[in-house]
Amino acid sequence: MPETILETPDSLSRVAQQFEQAKAEGAPLGEMLTLNLGPSHPSTHGVLRVLLELDGEIVTRAVPDIGFLHRGDEKIAENMTYNQFVPYTDRLDYLAPLANNVAYALAVEKLMGWTIPPRGQVIRVICCELARISAHLLGMGALAMDCGAMTVFLYIFTEREKIYNLYELLTGARFTTSYTRIGGLTRDLPPGFVDQAKAFVEQFKGKIDELDNLLTRNKIFVDRNKGIGFISREDAIDFGLTGPNLRGSGVYYDVRKDRPYLNYSEYSFSVPVGSVGDAYDRYLCRLEELRQSVHILEQALRNIPDGPINVGDGKGFLPRKDKVLTKMEELIHQFILVTEGIQAPVGEVYFGAENPKGELGFYILSKGGGVPYRLKIRAPSFVNLSILSKLLPGHMMSDVVAILGSLDFVMGECDR
Amino acid sequence: MPATDAIASLQKQFPGKVGQAKEFRGESTVEIDREIVRPAAAYLKNELGYNLLLDISSIDYFGDEPRYEVVYEFCALGGPRNQEHLRLKLKISEDDPTVDSLVPVFQGADWHEREVYDMMGLKFNGHPDLRRILMWDGYPYHPLRKDFPLAGLPSDLPGEEGFSRPAPLEGGPFVAAPANHPPAIGDALTTINEPRANPAQI
Repeated sequence: MPETILETPDSLSRVAQQFEQAKAEGAPLGEMLTLNLGPSHPSTHGVLRVLLELDGEIVTRAVPDIGFLHRGDEKIAENMTYNQFVPYTDRLDYLAPLANNVAYALAVEKLMGWTIPPRGQVIRVICCELARISAHLLGMGALAMDCGAMTVFLYIFTEREKIYNLYELLTGARFTTSYTRIGGLTRDLPPGFVDQAKAFVEQFKGKIDELDNLLTRNKIFVDRNKGIGFISREDAIDFGLTGPNLRGSGVYYDVRKDRPYLNYSEYSFSVPVGSVGDAYDRYLCRLEELRQSVHILEQALRNIPDGPINVGDGKGFLPRKDKVLTKMEELIHQFILVTEGIQAPVGEVYFGAENPKGELGFYILSKGGGVPYRLKIRAPSFVNLSILSKLLPGHMMSDVVAILGSLDFVMGECDR
Repeated sequence: MPATDAIASLQKQFPGKVGQAKEFRGESTVEIDREIVRPAAAYLKNELGYNLLLDISSIDYFGDEPRYEVVYEFCALGGPRNQEHLRLKLKISEDDPTVDSLVPVFQGADWHEREVYDMMGLKFNGHPDLRRILMWDGYPYHPLRKDFPLAGLPSDLPGEEGFSRPAPLEGGPFVAAPANHPPAIGDALTTINEPRANPAQI
């Protein structure tokens, strides 16, 4: 009876070895197959399409194809006043609309040379960090789902629901918030918001630990994510990655720390960076950022200063309604602001804010008047995805979904 | 943080090719000649430490000559100039809308330049793969040019693989009264497609 030799079922290393050998010889392992991933594939998180050239199960070439969600936001912005564009920013990174609102408002305020009062700044910080938690939760949940762990996705949606309830209380909308105006906010904190937010933050700490327990030492999750999708420090900077994807590669760059805006310099928080730059490191960075965001939220919710939330400049920000109805001058200002928009000075500014996905930048060129002559959106997801064609080749097909998940992009922002 | 000394060394390195620095809201902008964009970017990256190319955008000064402008946003990560921001601009004429690509210096310039090409129609010499990125291959216009109307222009849809018929509401976005749209994609169409003009038919 012939002896049967059982091979170790370690297909990954065997295939990788074969691939390396074949690559050294310059010969393909098998017949090349072109595979179309997306644009409507669950793991592409939207409408990303990647054309993969496969040699066996190994990706040899990846050509990303984007633009399926292109709406021409930049063209639209050139045809409306600054405040009219706020709702469009909701739809950039639609997982963190509040953060986009804040970033856009800050960019135009930089052009105007305005600084909003401390109370407004703290409320904006609260908005940004709630948005970051919500976006990171979904990013991690989707990554876990791509790796086969459905539970996490459902767990995080419970938490996001609570954040959406806070959004609803604060802005009146759960999804498309449009909360900021140039020079301030649409409304002040509603009664009971601070208590509800504090209660959320308090119980959410335990939920982070739960998430941590579910994933960080989960054998399957670790095996799927560790050692794939390496981005070197140099590559990460060269491609212009920002946010957790850059920090996962060990580069310390966080706009909140390095070019502080709002009153971020007054909060104590740390910026996690990765050590090797693989998908697992990017996941760990996001997880730690959740904790840091909670830390910032705690500090912000503890001392919210009293006072106005909007810039006092009566000619720049809509005057109070009771004054509009009783005073001539305010009525005129309101009329001009609504019909012609804020009168911006001639000049150009770039403002980048640390959004959940990376640095969301707005370049605004003004020729004066109420309408931007050119508004360019530097979308972090767009830049982060540009590394795909370099990152994917050499990986197994099944790793592609994990890498896409670990990059955590949003196509609404990428395609603009 | 203004980058005055970096601009000074840039002017020293490329005499006569670098314009005067402009300051606005704490940001430095400098205009350079089109020919030196690649060596200037390499100099910024390798000698001055501006290793992060944040963004490339383009502006259309319709009616002026030179018509186009390309804007590069640099930022320094680490090093003595940590977090300094510098903006380079260069003018491009309408007759020869080309500029050297920065891909050999910054790999990340690839998609930014493709976007500028797609949206504004400027060509980048030496770009490895200059294709449209947001619009589909074969789309005939460059939508961010100022002479392109907001309502869009009719064009062939990308073949049978994409769509069989135009999506409803073609002609939007409606930020102005439909009748005021300069070249009508069909003013009648706009009205017909406007959902508020059509009560639900059940």
